[in-house]
Amino acid sequence: MKAPEAIQEIQPPDNTKGPRAWVKDNLFNTWYNALLTCVAFVFLFFVLKGFLTWTFTEAEWKVIPANLQLFAIGSYTRDQVWRIWTVLYILGVLIGLSAGLWGGLVYRFALALSGIWLIFALLPFELATRGWFLGAIATIALPFFIGRGRTGLRRWILAGWLLSFPVIMVVLRGFGENGVLTSNWGGLLLTLILAVVGIVVSFPLGVFLALCRQSDLPAIRWVSTTYIETVRGVPLITILFMGNVLIPIFMPGLDINQVLRMMFAITFFSGAYMAENVRGGLQAIPRGQIEAAQAVGLNYVKTTRFIVLPQALRSVIPTIVGQFIALFKDTSLVSIIGLIDLLGVAKSVIANPDWLGLQAEVYLFAAVIYFVFCYSMSYGSQEIEANLGVGLHQNL
Amino acid sequence: MEHNTPTTVSEKIPFWRDVRVLRVLFQVVFLFGVILLLAILYRNMLAGLRGLGLTLNLNFLQNEAGFDISEGIPYEPSDTYLKAFWVGILNTLKVSVIGIVCATLLGLLFGIARLSSNWLIRTIAAIYVECFRNVPLLLQILFWYTAVVAQLPRVRESISLFDGAFINNRGIYLPAPEPTSGLKIWLWFLGAGLILAVILYIVRWRKLEQLDRPGFRAKWALPAFLIVAFCGWFLTPGSPFTLDFPVLQGFNFTGGFSFSPEFSALLIGLSMYTGAFIAEVVRSGIQAVVKGQREAARAVGLKEGQMLRLVVLPQAVPIIVPPLTSQYLNLAKNSSLAVAIGFPELVHVGSTMMNQTGQAIPVFAMVMVSYLIMSLTTSAAMNWYNRRINWLNR
Repeated sequence: MKAPEAIQEIQPPDNTKGPRAWVKDNLFNTWYNALLTCVAFVFLFFVLKGFLTWTFTEAEWKVIPANLQLFAIGSYTRDQVWRIWTVLYILGVLIGLSAGLWGGLVYRFALALSGIWLIFALLPFELATRGWFLGAIATIALPFFIGRGRTGLRRWILAGWLLSFPVIMVVLRGFGENGVLTSNWGGLLLTLILAVVGIVVSFPLGVFLALCRQSDLPAIRWVSTTYIETVRGVPLITILFMGNVLIPIFMPGLDINQVLRMMFAITFFSGAYMAENVRGGLQAIPRGQIEAAQAVGLNYVKTTRFIVLPQALRSVIPTIVGQFIALFKDTSLVSIIGLIDLLGVAKSVIANPDWLGLQAEVYLFAAVIYFVFCYSMSYGSQEIEANLGVGLHQNL
Repeated sequence: MEHNTPTTVSEKIPFWRDVRVLRVLFQVVFLFGVILLLAILYRNMLAGLRGLGLTLNLNFLQNEAGFDISEGIPYEPSDTYLKAFWVGILNTLKVSVIGIVCATLLGLLFGIARLSSNWLIRTIAAIYVECFRNVPLLLQILFWYTAVVAQLPRVRESISLFDGAFINNRGIYLPAPEPTSGLKIWLWFLGAGLILAVILYIVRWRKLEQLDRPGFRAKWALPAFLIVAFCGWFLTPGSPFTLDFPVLQGFNFTGGFSFSPEFSALLIGLSMYTGAFIAEVVRSGIQAVVKGQREAARAVGLKEGQMLRLVVLPQAVPIIVPPLTSQYLNLAKNSSLAVAIGFPELVHVGSTMMNQTGQAIPVFAMVMVSYLIMSLTTSAAMNWYNRRINWLNR
């Protein structure tokens, strides 16, 4: 038999591949796009030129390294900083174990975090600090190899995550006068704590309120709806002001400092939004699920516990991440009340006579930190959404 | 076989297992708990206030406010607190309405730009959206206020645009139209133009109905109105408006139309931030219209503009409107951040009143109720609109 002829490879015609064709297709495909491209180029040129000139010649960036510790932890007692490292290590162990057990997104997150710690360890900080950072990488890496493949541990790790929240709070606070008073918490640390407390504590509150609002008992429904709509109808800053003034009046005799008051106020605020998010998940559950549960004889509590909530909560995870991002940004309002969170630190650095006139530098730096956190979280949320397979049906 | 047939339940269900009784009982207990909690809080509050030497009433509203408010409707420090509060409400409404207009324009522009086939435009829009969405609004407002507006040149070295508009660190000054005696005559022209436009609109509408063809109903009415208005402008003896230019007098500009630095910073911050969110709303709304709809529209021979107007937008608008309204509400609520830079809106006036009178609870209750009224009326209007749209689409 004759061997089949070598098939001649046909080259794609010119102008469909390569940078030139790309430019033609994406920048100059019509006359108005060509015009727009030119205008945009001129605009970009001037903006970038101005920005880069300012960044590299006029801006005085030494204000940032000089106040880096302040940005990170505010006025947290300096000789107690080991507490923060302990917390980072606890989280590192949990992240490492989870990365080993689940892989996927958690694995990539652990990798990124280790990368960030490595970069920090290479920066010219004090030697001790760099050592702590290297240790942080180890606390992620070792548990990762321990946990890899041991799927039996999953249940325990989840319990560990739940338990980690109170443990971390206790570690950060310490006991009595020897610890760090919550009024000394500050900087990025405070911003993160406020946001995490706001989400974690408001979660049960939100689920409860959402179930109440869906209830077929009118009195319960009305009370819950009134709470949710009132809180959602007013700005956060008014709730913070109210919390600041009212909590000491409502609970006389208890000495509740400003940080705790803001935690209460933020949780109170966040609970209403959480309730609406959870309600979205509850409403998405097909009626048949509940009817089926009733048909097999489950009562209200069992239906909710085994049928409704597992499905509803799973589908609202991306929304809750979105709420966390919003809350993370909104915690900056506590700086109006007078707390020294990340934005509060920025304001106090600007007010410092040593660094007069450096508003743009300081605010830009704070903005970059907020951006990095929010952007990476919203990226993560999209990944979660894709992994859970929720939110995919809309575009079909 | 007769045995085992369940006898009808003759005895009554005991009341502690009767669902109807339990429901009522449960609600009563729940309400009782809520009321008890509120009562305890209220009692504590009264005791706490007594400790501070305050009583809970609104009489202080009639007292003289004694503080100045830098902008808004005419107001003197000798006016009452109630008047001061009203100035705050109007300032909130002013910045919210102007902010909503600016944010919508920005959002539409960038939302459509994100769908552009031009890579550069698409990318610039994406960078705008991501940068402004992911940074706290308060930080942005402070940045605009302290790092941009306050760094503008001083009054003597104002940036001047065409010698009519001036920008300096005391504010933005624009020429303002001043009505003259000619305005009355021109208004007659406008009225006549409007009547003509309405007639043409109806005629065109009827015609389109007859032909049973889609078309732009205001195609005749709009140009007709513009032509009448335009001709009227020239036929009016003396022009209906003159421009009142800002003039440098003493240490500052007077005349014209001016924005204070606080207002400008707040407006820029609110518009840029909310604009980024609106851009996402617009983009996702347009993308939610299935691709097949466009292809079908092209297949039946609609032009690009007709496709947008008759196929894409009618389906995208109902998707866009609900999240758009919630963005508007967010903008109105976020205008309260002006308290950080001292623009005298509701919360700022409220906190001044609180500091002066010590009546924190009534003052902030009033502030919250004002916001609630704004929010609830807007969402009621929104629900009505949604129902209407859904009804039309059915």
